[in-house]
Amino acid sequence: MTGPDSGPDHEMRVSKIENGTVIDHITGGQALNVLAILGIDGTGGDVVSVGINVPSDRLGRKDVVKVEGRELSQPELDVLSLIAPAATINIIRGYEVADKQRVESPGHVSGVLGCPNPNCITTEDEPVDSRFEVLEDGLRCVYCDTIIREDIAEHIRV
Amino acid sequence: MEHTNITSARQLSRADIEMVLDRARAIADDPSAYADRHPDALLGLLFFEPSTRTKMSFSAAIKRLGGDIVDMGPVDSSSVKKGESLADTVRVIEGYADALVLRHPSEGSAGMASEFVDVPLINGGDGAGQHPTQTLLDLFTIRESAGLDDITIGIMGDLKYGRTVHSLAHALTNFDVRQQFISPESLRLPRKVRYDLHARGTDVREHTDLDEVLDVLDVLYVTRIQKERFPDETEYREVAGEYQIDADTLAAASDDLAVLHPLPRVDEIAYDVDDTDYAHYFEQAHNGVPVRMALLDALLGGEQ
Repeated sequence: MTGPDSGPDHEMRVSKIENGTVIDHITGGQALNVLAILGIDGTGGDVVSVGINVPSDRLGRKDVVKVEGRELSQPELDVLSLIAPAATINIIRGYEVADKQRVESPGHVSGVLGCPNPNCITTEDEPVDSRFEVLEDGLRCVYCDTIIREDIAEHIRV
Repeated sequence: MEHTNITSARQLSRADIEMVLDRARAIADDPSAYADRHPDALLGLLFFEPSTRTKMSFSAAIKRLGGDIVDMGPVDSSSVKKGESLADTVRVIEGYADALVLRHPSEGSAGMASEFVDVPLINGGDGAGQHPTQTLLDLFTIRESAGLDDITIGIMGDLKYGRTVHSLAHALTNFDVRQQFISPESLRLPRKVRYDLHARGTDVREHTDLDEVLDVLDVLYVTRIQKERFPDETEYREVAGEYQIDADTLAAASDDLAVLHPLPRVDEIAYDVDDTDYAHYFEQAHNGVPVRMALLDALLGGEQ
């Protein structure tokens, strides 16, 4: 067996996809948040397969998400890195892995998270995206300095 | 100074601060030498919230440098009332002025606004965020009254929402100053300020009772506890009452203690302190003019 589903820590649980993205090694239990980041709730008609708490040699338990016909943008990858720092991204074209990469923690993330401070200027109707500096142990709003440490996924704004 | 905008005390280095304070001292010593420094300069005032001291002292400062103001006026009579965004408002007004001062109720407003303009923009207070020019005049007053190295300062009152506290605490990390924080449990320093102080190697020593530290203080910086921060008036009165000082309270303090307050005060400092040698808060308010003159002079390109 070849492709992103191969490997010793992994059984074939869902079928291969022709074109799209396989996000592997997601922190166990975070798959639904990954879908939220991608704005996938099923209403858009995307074909999506999700494995939750799949046994993994590397992570113990991991989640896997396969999205057909869709490649991830850089902002999406940036936020993904915050909730699934060990994730690997496999871009699939014609049933083959065309590109494989690890997510990298960016210096800043823009637009995808909302500032939890209701009095932050980015919560108003201004022509700016939210922007967070990525700290070692959290995120910091570059406008109002508010720090998010816990439950980053709760602040995803899609 | 390298900065074109002053949006937060976090951006100010010790060298920046000392440059402004030194220039403010020179201005205070010989104001007439600076009277024609910026004869054509117009300072745009955008105050989305009420202000007396900040607005009037900036107005006085630019006029004493030979310039003038253009004032947006109250929000009720401006285009903001029609729903204009802050970004649009500052982009329009930068065309009328050489520098802008912004006070706005939202945290981060000055930082955001500065991204939309090319003229220098100064934060005159952003919600419960920062108030860096108040900090510069606070530091000037501390330096004149107690010096800025090897001192212990007590910062008391509403540390959670007090923007002057957030800016001052950060700026003081540039100096050899021990900071003692005195507040009710519910109004302790917010996480964002604590984070910076830890990152800069400053011990955050917290107390709920002024008596625990009063006798070791060189400076006591008092701030107002606002009624609207409490769910009901009874609780407010109970808490606020514990953070009021009068001449009797200060009997336990060092004779050289300097009491500061960004003002306005309500009843945190009794009037009987005004006539003692401890009181430096009116002098502190007056220092707003030379300090803001110095800052404007630096931002508008005046050589020392």
